[in-house]
Amino acid sequence: MFGFTRTRRAGVVAAIAVGATLVISGCTAGGGNAPGGDGGDGDGGDVSITMLPKNLGNPYFDTSSSGAEEAVEEFGGSFEEVGPSEASPTSQVQYIQTAAQQGASALIVSANDPEAICDALDEARSADVKVVTFDSDTNPECRDLFINQATSEGIAKVQVDLIAEQIGDAGQIAVLSASANATNQNAWIELMEAELAASHPDIELVEVVYGDDDDQTSFDKTAALLQTYPDLKGIVSPTTVGIAAAARYLSTSDFKGKVALTGLGTPNQMREYVEDGTVTAFALWNPADLGYLAAFAAQALVSGDITGAEGDSFEAGKLGSYEVGADGAVLLGDPYVFDAENIGDFDF
Amino acid sequence: MTAVTTDTVAPRTYQDHGRPLWRRALLTREAAIIGILVLVVVVALGTVRNFDSPLTVTYLLRDIAPILLIALPMTLIIITEEIDLSVASIVGLSSVMTGILTQAGLPFPAAAVVAILVGAMAGVVNGFLVTVVGLPSLAVTIGTLALFRGIAVGLLGTTAITDFPEEWTDLAKANIPGTPIPLIVVPFVVLALVFAILLHFTPFGRSLYAIGLNKEAAHFSGIDVGRTKFTLFVLSGAVSGFAGVYFTLLYSNARGDNAMGMELQIIAAVLLGGVSIFGGRGALHGVIAGVLLIGTLGSALRLAGVTSDIINVITGVLLIVSVVSASLLAWLHRSRSAAIGRRKGRRSAAGAAAPTR
Repeated sequence: MFGFTRTRRAGVVAAIAVGATLVISGCTAGGGNAPGGDGGDGDGGDVSITMLPKNLGNPYFDTSSSGAEEAVEEFGGSFEEVGPSEASPTSQVQYIQTAAQQGASALIVSANDPEAICDALDEARSADVKVVTFDSDTNPECRDLFINQATSEGIAKVQVDLIAEQIGDAGQIAVLSASANATNQNAWIELMEAELAASHPDIELVEVVYGDDDDQTSFDKTAALLQTYPDLKGIVSPTTVGIAAAARYLSTSDFKGKVALTGLGTPNQMREYVEDGTVTAFALWNPADLGYLAAFAAQALVSGDITGAEGDSFEAGKLGSYEVGADGAVLLGDPYVFDAENIGDFDF
Repeated sequence: MTAVTTDTVAPRTYQDHGRPLWRRALLTREAAIIGILVLVVVVALGTVRNFDSPLTVTYLLRDIAPILLIALPMTLIIITEEIDLSVASIVGLSSVMTGILTQAGLPFPAAAVVAILVGAMAGVVNGFLVTVVGLPSLAVTIGTLALFRGIAVGLLGTTAITDFPEEWTDLAKANIPGTPIPLIVVPFVVLALVFAILLHFTPFGRSLYAIGLNKEAAHFSGIDVGRTKFTLFVLSGAVSGFAGVYFTLLYSNARGDNAMGMELQIIAAVLLGGVSIFGGRGALHGVIAGVLLIGTLGSALRLAGVTSDIINVITGVLLIVSVVSASLLAWLHRSRSAAIGRRKGRRSAAGAAAPTR
């Protein structure tokens, strides 16, 4: 059964068969390479931008990449989106290395880990690749710029403004957060409390409950809140899991349309609740604008208009002019408010 | 006793009806894989932009080093008709141990040694369940794949430890001075030589082929099948532990999900390199070529802008084609020799009948 003639022949046929595979992949390689080659060799001023999201096939990042691509089309460069299929830092490293090898002019990356991709980014930068992070930053010394979607103050304020507007600026509200030790959530809640005390004296925050970013827990906590506080007028949930679970509970309960709900959510999760009237408006940032701004920032770095120092400013097409803040961060702006008017324009 | 086994097994595996050695060497499956590897490199150098940069060599060898390392003991295990699916989980576990111990203030070399020992202990667990309890290694290591990964993720949660002494992380990324070849190649070459000598030039190595071809016969010819396999699982665990330490340093990153799914890449490369999944055949040089082939193909395709999904498809097709063509030809060969056998039989029957006429 394990005779040798078999093995020898197997080898020869394997060689031929695999050779065929190779030719196919060779063609793919040639085809894929051509645009990159033109981009690099064509004229000296051409900007080639590689976009590396946390993972591919994620609607949020698809939206940000299409924003970046739109920007690249506007200023005339070449654009490529690459990435791993799973969101792990080590699999991002290979793509950072590839961008460095290809001599891309800039890399726009959403980091799966603030530290683990740092060395690879440093190597890319020493190969003269400009590095812009967006959505999720690395340590500031590992990149040239970070495009920040929103500040904590902005996120807190938009949620307070939305709930105040929806309940008529008076009455009891509660907060449905993620876990009790979630750093960013807690920071937002603290800022919201300060904002309420300063500008909305008639709104009383009765309790903060924690759904642990678990759909069922958040659902149960919503039910408990409504039983405990019969006069509750609104719920703020600064987490996408929490707001969707709360909306699901409200939409089938007697409280639908009576208790207001807002917070941070994604259009795809919240669409049906906006359409059925459970939710009037909620906030998040616009990932398409985020990608668009990141691409213009990358181009400004590549063309030498800015170096990423604090106080540098650059033009970002339809979004206008931006200034680089402390630690090389550029703020996209106030969070984006989604409502029945605009939710149809988004798919993430 | 062992010598007897050697004589009965070795001719089948290594010698081919008195053909000259160079012809035998050239016409093996291993030679075919090496040939394809050379072809891929030549094609990539000619068509893929920037493939010829020294950086390519550095990145390529660095990234596949853990696979290269673990493929060595994996080859020995598969030759005995067993398998170790838990290797990537051991990498993750060892990575987490390295991180936790370093964070606890242990000097890095000590943490690394403990992490390698933890890997070896994981191998002891596998070896114990396979050889003493007598369970099939496929079932055992599917179980420990989940078990070790579970412990790794449980210890560290979803957080990562990223603070390691710079002299060590720099060492993991360093090149051999004056070349683009990463330093990790040195321990790999040493280990590969040790494994190659062990497998191809010692009675222990021959006993592995014997076990893979027929474990009852191996047992009755005096080979301690259980102890041999136990040793291999411990070796596999220790090497995976070492790979885990390297992985941690290379990415400055200890996480429970490190190297997730790498076991499949390792096994694919070993099979591509000509090792039979049914045991009893294979050689280390083929396996090393197999790993390099998968790594080079991936690197060239990524450089050419091919997406990861397509790269997976191409690697999968490559593997299936090579395995299927081997089985197909074995079948063709069998049916042809059977036909020749029948013809010979008829002729001699006719010859025998003639004189009587």
